Amino acid sequence: MAAVPLDWYLILAGLLFAIGTVGVLVSRNAIVILMAIELMLNAVNLTFVAFSHYMGKNDGQVLVFLVMTVAAAEAAVGLAIILNIFRTRESVNIDDINLMKW
Amino acid sequence: MDIFSIIGTVDYGALLPELFLLGFALVVMLLEPFLPERYKPVNFYLTVFGLLAAAGGSLWLWNRAGVNFGGMATSDNFAVFFRLVFIAGTLLTVLVSKNYLASEKFANGEYYALLLFSTLGMMFMAGSLDLMVIFLGLEVMSIPLYILAGFRKADVRSNEAGMKYFLIGAFASSFFLYGIALVYGATGTTHLQEIYNQLPTLQGRGDFLIYAGAALLTVGFAFKVAAVPFHMWAPDVYEGAPTVVTAFMSAGPKAAGFAALLRTFALFLGDYKEAMVAVFWVLAVLTMTVGNVLALVQSNIKRMLAYSSIAHAGYVLVAVVAGGPDGVSAALFYLLAYTVMNIGAFAVVLAVEGKEGSNQIGDYRGLVNRHPYLAAAMTIFMLSLTGIPPTAGFVGKLYIFSAAVSANQIPLVVIAVLNSLVSVYYYLGVVVAMYMHPSPAAEKNQSFYSLPLMLVLALTVWGTLQLGIFPQALLRAASDSLVGLF
Repeated sequence: MAAVPLDWYLILAGLLFAIGTVGVLVSRNAIVILMAIELMLNAVNLTFVAFSHYMGKNDGQVLVFLVMTVAAAEAAVGLAIILNIFRTRESVNIDDINLMKW
Repeated sequence: MDIFSIIGTVDYGALLPELFLLGFALVVMLLEPFLPERYKPVNFYLTVFGLLAAAGGSLWLWNRAGVNFGGMATSDNFAVFFRLVFIAGTLLTVLVSKNYLASEKFANGEYYALLLFSTLGMMFMAGSLDLMVIFLGLEVMSIPLYILAGFRKADVRSNEAGMKYFLIGAFASSFFLYGIALVYGATGTTHLQEIYNQLPTLQGRGDFLIYAGAALLTVGFAFKVAAVPFHMWAPDVYEGAPTVVTAFMSAGPKAAGFAALLRTFALFLGDYKEAMVAVFWVLAVLTMTVGNVLALVQSNIKRMLAYSSIAHAGYVLVAVVAGGPDGVSAALFYLLAYTVMNIGAFAVVLAVEGKEGSNQIGDYRGLVNRHPYLAAAMTIFMLSLTGIPPTAGFVGKLYIFSAAVSANQIPLVVIAVLNSLVSVYYYLGVVVAMYMHPSPAAEKNQSFYSLPLMLVLALTVWGTLQLGIFPQALLRAASDSLVGLF
């Protein structure tokens, strides 16, 4: 079995994280921003698992469970907030949600 | 890591404050749907009682450090000091909330439960010795705050505040988490003490990973304490959130962010101190200057206080740059003073909002004719936020600046003092409006204030003056908090 070197995992995770960051910054739809944040968290999970496997320790993989739990709680609260804003404004486009500036 | 060895070492005594808060939060949350309407105030009393019990538990733990969960959580004096600061902030918020909730017709059970859960998260942040526990504490603190910011469901501003806070908070958390992952990759652990022990041995890839990880952790912390350039969310969220929630999140969560930051950097990143000091130096200067300059042009008092809270985060960062026992205890004292005076200022804002329905600084004109006690209290808080003796803000700033001077950070102190001068303009602007401008409605209004609000104003005025005139006891407590850390 030809092992995949650690660096490849790290580069993949870094790219996923960067894609997520760019997604948060350029996207105008609150739901898409939420998805981009989830992508960033999963990039972190990949980093944890890769390091953990490479070092032959299990604790990094346990940490991933914690991250997944937190991500689920965040998504639940976030979707509720976005749903509520859709009820009052009929839009989830963040360019429309600009009552307060400076 | 053997799971049984972790469970076997739970020291419930050292977790007493957290257990009290968790228990009361669960009781309040579960009781709420079954309480008939006329018994709803029970939630309030349960919350106050839970907080007092947690405060008692914390005091009992002073000088009685215990370690839990395989060394991941501690209850050293540093944690106890911060727990008491958080409890003070939450208790004052709960007291001012009582009548606000009634007038807004909020469901009060979940409101109090969310406040308690958020406080629980802060306590775990302050008492954690492990980056992962800091992260979990951060989330337990933040997720209730996202809900609380958007608590006025029908109000579009509150919705907007909730959404902005949520999206930016979650974004920041993922940076923080990536930082933890990289530090884990460099050292093979997330435990702060073990990371610290590994630092001298790192080279090559490990060295690079620890720099990248520390940078990402800094970004995460900077978002949470609203340090420039990661502050953009703060004014919008502070303005849009219900005023009681703004009071709450300007104090506790900021202190919790600094508690975790101090533990992570000032105490444990020893070998990389110079690089971190340079980063925090730049952050401190930017945060103070941008916060103070933008506060000058605000016409909404909540927004002005938001920029002022950014500026105050900058002063605490000066203490972080100073580092060492002096710097850390100065930061501790300042966060306590800031909690007291800032919640006091927000209590006045809340009272004026309740009486006059406005948050514009222009509407504070002639307040002394209508509400003389509110105007007097607000003057004390504004003087304290400016840093004029004999108030808490003055002693706090003095202590920070002297720590920075003895750490040879003279230019930074000069910048900080100049910033304090700038801040005189907008803080005293409120006082001038209250006392020297004619009131639009000239009649004297002897209206009645609710008892809890009066209690909060009395406590915060007393605290501000007490910390300003007789600060010795708490200064000593702040330096005793560092036992075992240096």
